[in-house]
Amino acid sequence: MTDPLSPIATEPAEEPVIEFSNVSITFDRDPVLQKVGFHVQRGQTCILLGPAGGGKSVLMKLANGLLQPDCGTVRIFGEDLARLSQREMFLLRSRIGMVFQESALFDSLTVEDNVAYRLNEEKVPEEEAHKRVLEALRFVELEQAVSKFPPELSGGMRRRVSIARAIITQPELTLYDSPTGGLDPITSTTIIELVVKQRDVSGTTALLITHRLQDAFTLATHRFNQATGHMEPIPDNGIDPSTRFLVLNEGHIVFDGSTQELVGTDDPWLKAYIA
Amino acid sequence: MKLVSPGAFAKSIVASVQGYSLLTGRAIAALFSPPHYFADTFIQLDSIGVGSVPIVILAGFFTGAVLTLQSTTTLKQFGAVDLTGRLVSLSMIKELGPVLTGLMVSGRNASGMASELGSMKVSEQIDAMRALGTDPIRKLVTPRIVATVSMLFFLTMISDTMGIAGGALVAVTLLRQSGAAFFHNAISALVMGDVVEGLTKPIFSGFLIATIGCYYGLSTSGGTRGVGKATTQAVVTSSVLLIIVDTLVTKLMIGIFGR
Repeated sequence: MTDPLSPIATEPAEEPVIEFSNVSITFDRDPVLQKVGFHVQRGQTCILLGPAGGGKSVLMKLANGLLQPDCGTVRIFGEDLARLSQREMFLLRSRIGMVFQESALFDSLTVEDNVAYRLNEEKVPEEEAHKRVLEALRFVELEQAVSKFPPELSGGMRRRVSIARAIITQPELTLYDSPTGGLDPITSTTIIELVVKQRDVSGTTALLITHRLQDAFTLATHRFNQATGHMEPIPDNGIDPSTRFLVLNEGHIVFDGSTQELVGTDDPWLKAYIA
Repeated sequence: MKLVSPGAFAKSIVASVQGYSLLTGRAIAALFSPPHYFADTFIQLDSIGVGSVPIVILAGFFTGAVLTLQSTTTLKQFGAVDLTGRLVSLSMIKELGPVLTGLMVSGRNASGMASELGSMKVSEQIDAMRALGTDPIRKLVTPRIVATVSMLFFLTMISDTMGIAGGALVAVTLLRQSGAAFFHNAISALVMGDVVEGLTKPIFSGFLIATIGCYYGLSTSGGTRGVGKATTQAVVTSSVLLIIVDTLVTKLMIGIFGR
């Protein structure tokens, strides 16, 4: 078994970061995903769209090994998740950051302890952990909330803390499960700006679920300007080449392609969906 | 009430036993390999142990007191009032102390564990923990098992002591019996086997309470309604199993010590 913590040893340059092959999963006799196959290359941002109940969150959990498929193969960083032991799976997850739909912050811990959770598990010295927590919170512009508890925060703030917690160890892959779900448009834009910032500043591979098409297209058409510290449209109606779309409906992938291909699709269902 | 087929019901039972066995096995295995969560264990020792002291003192004291009142009435008919201390100490140490303490701790802590872990489950905090590279069984279940088993042992001792004290107080103040005779009879009636029996039971009870509370908590589904259901099931199942296991341990101890 190769060491999941050594990327150089495990991954040839062209190997996809995420690779699903014929993945199916059923809950209570209801098929949720059926023969799903796709891959995400290093540095790409894959946006997962689709109607509610289509299996997007299940797919996300499969990508992090939180669920196991009934059949098919899920490979992350070239590792077949079904062949990993519990311990190897936990080591692999240290290379993955995940933002949950409802933030999933630990209510009994302060913002600082939530964000530092992984560092504390890795026994990082307290002083260094505190410094890195402040850096991560500065990234999401929430430095002032360091000593608050999650119930004291608004929905948008909780989501930002969740992003800070996911990126504090600078993971190679970030999974965003509806990071803007249930938020107002202004807060949603703030969250999307953070995702764009993380993509453009760190070049992290990402898989992102969203129900808001405008968020998806903002991701595809904007970039982060480090000089101004803000997100801006890519000049000349440009489109970010690393952004791809995946559309899931009733457990099947109905679209897998670039932004241009999605916009120019002839499929009547897809046209109606993105209209 | 929704009716299910016998086949589906049998499958769900088998799946539950399998899930419980896997959880228990992994929680025990976690004791023998790092990382160990000592801070979480100390928090649970405080929460389960120290937090349960008041109810255990009250329950033990008044059980001993009422036992004295009830038994004296009967013993008086046979002219054996002097045996009250003997009866109270044997009953408390061999049976009532361990069982009542177990039931008290089950009501307080199996429900607490099921509701706390259940809330974490439905709000995806358990998944978040796994996503952050932590084994929830190692961090949440093992410390609770260690804390419940070790603290129930000491809580039972407190309950036994308070039961005998409550019995003595009633015997001396209300029934005008001799305190010295009460304590003499109470202590001379006991042999090592009685004490071993009384202190073996909480080890089994503590293990059951913690594992069942955690199992129902981590199996919760269906939002806040599911948390309520898991809490109820945890208390009912742990209480019933506690009494069943108590019977089996009693039978085993009678086999070993002959009394």
